[in-house]
Amino acid sequence: MYEGVVQDLIDELGRLPGVGPKSAQRIAFHILQADPTDVRRLAHALTEVKEKVRFCAVCGNVAQSEQCRVCQDPRRDLAVICVVEEPKDVVAIERTREFRGRYHVLGGAISPIEGVGPDDLRIRELLARLADGTVTELILATDPNLEGEATATYLARMVKPMGLKVTRLASGLPVGGDLEYADEVTLGRAFEGRRLLDV
Amino acid sequence: MTLFRDDGIVLRTQKLGEADRIITFLTRRQGRVRAVARGVRRTKSKFGARLEPFSHVDAQFFARGGELVGRGLPLCTQVESIAAYGSGIVTDYARYTAGTAMLETAERFTDHEGEPAVQQYLLLVGGLRTLASGAHDPRLVLDAFLLRSLAVNGYAPSFEACAKCGLPGPNRFFSVASGGVVCAQCRVPGSVVPSAESLELLGALLTGDWETADACEERHSREGSGIVAAYLQWHLERGLRSLRFVENAVRREVEAGK
Repeated sequence: MYEGVVQDLIDELGRLPGVGPKSAQRIAFHILQADPTDVRRLAHALTEVKEKVRFCAVCGNVAQSEQCRVCQDPRRDLAVICVVEEPKDVVAIERTREFRGRYHVLGGAISPIEGVGPDDLRIRELLARLADGTVTELILATDPNLEGEATATYLARMVKPMGLKVTRLASGLPVGGDLEYADEVTLGRAFEGRRLLDV
Repeated sequence: MTLFRDDGIVLRTQKLGEADRIITFLTRRQGRVRAVARGVRRTKSKFGARLEPFSHVDAQFFARGGELVGRGLPLCTQVESIAAYGSGIVTDYARYTAGTAMLETAERFTDHEGEPAVQQYLLLVGGLRTLASGAHDPRLVLDAFLLRSLAVNGYAPSFEACAKCGLPGPNRFFSVASGGVVCAQCRVPGSVVPSAESLELLGALLTGDWETADACEERHSREGSGIVAAYLQWHLERGLRSLRFVENAVRREVEAGK
């Protein structure tokens, strides 16, 4: 046990995800030895992020104003919405530079065993966005795991009566891997989603 | 340092660190086992989709001591698929919610890690296979699984003879605390009077008489499900998290006119 503020800092750092007591101690002593300007910058960043960052009123992505950068961009295609689980999925898709539509962040996936049901996600907000008829295609980009698939199935059934084009991101073999190591489910999906080679 | 190999069903997964997961299995020989699967969340992981809930797998574990459970979490080193029930379950929301309730029940009935629970394991394999096939209403499959899980764990309810004095059936009153139907003399405060058809359905689900179960009406299956949920909650001492979503799924199916 250290005295006073040093122990307080170690305790607070130890509450962060993935940081154990030893790591917390190491980070605390790094901060103690660091340049005061660097420490002030870190403290400023921590307080700023809590004060300024909020969730976009339209899509639920992290934003610094009422709407996020993507929702404010007039060049974005209003007819296509890509549904993702978390804000970090938006960043992953944006890195591809392939998608020019807008997003909808659900805030998780349906997982009854964890006590998360459809009413705990931003599904009602999604249905409200689809109601005005501007959107013609809904891309379901939930994680390719069981909870993500169940959420996509549920959403597809909910929006079916609206007559939208509902698509799901392709899943199958990762580029650069060996076929012999692919599991049955992944390989099965790759067969389902095979495409014509136009040569 | 010992290697173990066992068949198991994946009950639950929890994120660990950057790309790992803790996988909870219900295995044939070792009962409930938790193991770490390194790098399973990476797209190029050697495990692929094999360690998703509902997967029936043949797995190899690497444990530090001479036993699989006891000295820290073992590592899951190799996995081969036996059956991927998830692909037949996840395509239907009612099946998915019923399936997760089955996984949670199996986990709750196998409290102690490393303690063999062969009957519970076989029941879960059979239940998931039936659920994935889509041969019966998911809610009926779930109720049958719950009743039989209670039975293999020593809490079999009686739907014919009086649970207190053994008076041969049919008996009208159902008391959760008494362990099933009771006669007029043994009736206790709080007993309910379900319809004869609902009691017949529950008896059929417990014994595996699917012909009778499939022919039941919606209102009787709904009443039966309520009795099963109350009976399960009494014996587990607290309700299943996932069970309320099953009820919601049934309600949504009815609202959608399916």
